[in-house]
Amino acid sequence: MEILDLLEIVDVSRRFDAFLALDRVSLQIEAGEFFTLLGPSGCGKTTLLRLIAGFDQADGGDILLDGKSIIATPPEYRPLHTIFQNYALFPHMTVAENIAFPLRMAGCAKKEIQSRVGEALENVRLPDKAGKYPDSLSGGQKQRIAIARALVNRPRLLLLDEPLSALDAKLSEQMQLELINLQKDIGITFIYVTHDQSEALALSHRIAVMDHGRIAQVDAPSRLYGYPNSRFVADFIGKCNVLAGHVREQQGDCVTVELDGLGPVHVCRSETNFGVGSRCALTLRPEKIRIGRFSSIPGASDTMTSMSVADTVSPLGDESHFTGYVHDLLYLGDVTVYNVTLSNGILLETLLANSASGRTNFFEVGDRVEVAWSCDAGHLVLD
Amino acid sequence: MFLWLSAALVYCFLYVPLVIVVLFSFNDSRLNAEWVGFTWKWYGKLLHNREMLAAAMNSLVIATVSAGAATLLGTLAGIAMHHYRLRLLPLLVLAPIAMPEILMGVSLLVLFIMVNMTLGLVSVMLAHITFSIGFVALSVQARISSMDPALVEAARDLGASPWRCFREITLPLLMPGILAGGLMAFTLSIDDFVITFFTAGVGSSTLPLQIYSMVKIAVTPEVNAVSTLLMLLTLVVITVASRLSPTLFRAQ
Repeated sequence: MEILDLLEIVDVSRRFDAFLALDRVSLQIEAGEFFTLLGPSGCGKTTLLRLIAGFDQADGGDILLDGKSIIATPPEYRPLHTIFQNYALFPHMTVAENIAFPLRMAGCAKKEIQSRVGEALENVRLPDKAGKYPDSLSGGQKQRIAIARALVNRPRLLLLDEPLSALDAKLSEQMQLELINLQKDIGITFIYVTHDQSEALALSHRIAVMDHGRIAQVDAPSRLYGYPNSRFVADFIGKCNVLAGHVREQQGDCVTVELDGLGPVHVCRSETNFGVGSRCALTLRPEKIRIGRFSSIPGASDTMTSMSVADTVSPLGDESHFTGYVHDLLYLGDVTVYNVTLSNGILLETLLANSASGRTNFFEVGDRVEVAWSCDAGHLVLD
Repeated sequence: MFLWLSAALVYCFLYVPLVIVVLFSFNDSRLNAEWVGFTWKWYGKLLHNREMLAAAMNSLVIATVSAGAATLLGTLAGIAMHHYRLRLLPLLVLAPIAMPEILMGVSLLVLFIMVNMTLGLVSVMLAHITFSIGFVALSVQARISSMDPALVEAARDLGASPWRCFREITLPLLMPGILAGGLMAFTLSIDDFVITFFTAGVGSSTLPLQIYSMVKIAVTPEVNAVSTLLMLLTLVVITVASRLSPTLFRAQ
């Protein structure tokens, strides 16, 4: 079976006076995909969503659905629906009337409307709310009604504009699971907009990270996290140490990098070819760094700290070691974050799980420590 | 303490005359001097006063027609003021509210004479529509700017054409503002004296004009009675309007 791109965005631009909100953005979104547009506020993600929905007109480019251009189609004729940030339930209609609205607009028969509204209410487990007005619902209930209303006439695509931002943390987490299951069950494409990277990582099949109106990277969550293609993406997705340097030599996927003020390290996970001498940055996740008492790491296997690292051995068995002092620490319960000052003054964030033993806070501020990472721990990006 | 006292005095100054008018409309004496006894007879007399009845009828017709027309035009103006960031329109619509009434009256009179229009019910209606539109537009605009713009987008998104979206979403949600504005227009029309004075012709006298012409001779209990009725009507309409659109009255 051929997998078609359901939605294709081709070179779309949008300008608001002097501000270029979208700069020749292109994307392909597949049928059945949970696709997320992620980025800081002002990056253009909501603008792009509004263009897909038809609320706004692009200044250039095209949007294709199943290969047909929909760029000039008014929103009411696009087979896609939107979940708004504040749900946009019609306050003068009951819950049942809200859900019936799209069916009524489509000219469905009264009987069919009635049965499908009932069915939709059952699906979101709120059948007793049919006669209530939206004002009397809780945030989570409003959300579910908005979803029921958007799905009742079976759109091809569902657009979600930061739908969880108005909910408290616990409810938001619960709704994340509901959204994942819902998307799996009904199998239609979700395009989800958020500025919350953990939400994006948890929900999506693929994520497009946006920055200043451009797509910075499109990838699966694990690829984005492990293989960011720029300093921006590394910084934006999760926590990341970024060490600047330049390339000394490259052999296959192994690169020797001269880090500024730290000296040479090996990075053996590169997919790009870097020119010798080019500026680059080593991105290093805190949890990939081992931390131990000074001079304890070389024979690392017997120290408690080694348990914090995945048991991977690089092909070269190559590790980078540096010494430093604990600058400050942040006890978070399950883990403790240690910020270590290295010899060149760079602050390195490291992470140690407290579950490793009964003890917490292995080190104190001012302790001399050693940090180490294997050559496949970090990821190199051009800088 | 001093504050409370001065506030009490101000309110007395405002309301005691009104209370006296109401009280003396029930006084069983031709003179507005001392309380003699309770009676309904002045209200009964009103019912047989042909001139008064004709004036009341004129007032109601003018108020109803001008409020209706001002509501329609004001609603359109209010929506336009919200949708298009026009500079001139708000000025044009709102200027009659700020302009001294006497100026409005004189200029309208000049206009009607220039176009050779006979002064009568129609000229009064036109004048009342002119100064009422602004109030309706303000009321509608206040309502529309408190409306979530996502609602209109949601309706379009769910398959409503622009017209259906207006009819099913925008209009019902604006209705309290429209009605409040319309009722305001109605009371303004019923109570207006100055502009009506300049634009009314023979046979198109309204209640306020009628009361004025009677007062020129003497403040009779009949005047008190008709004033009381007018007050009551205004009060009821304004109460309903403020219930419909609390924001409008807070803003002013």
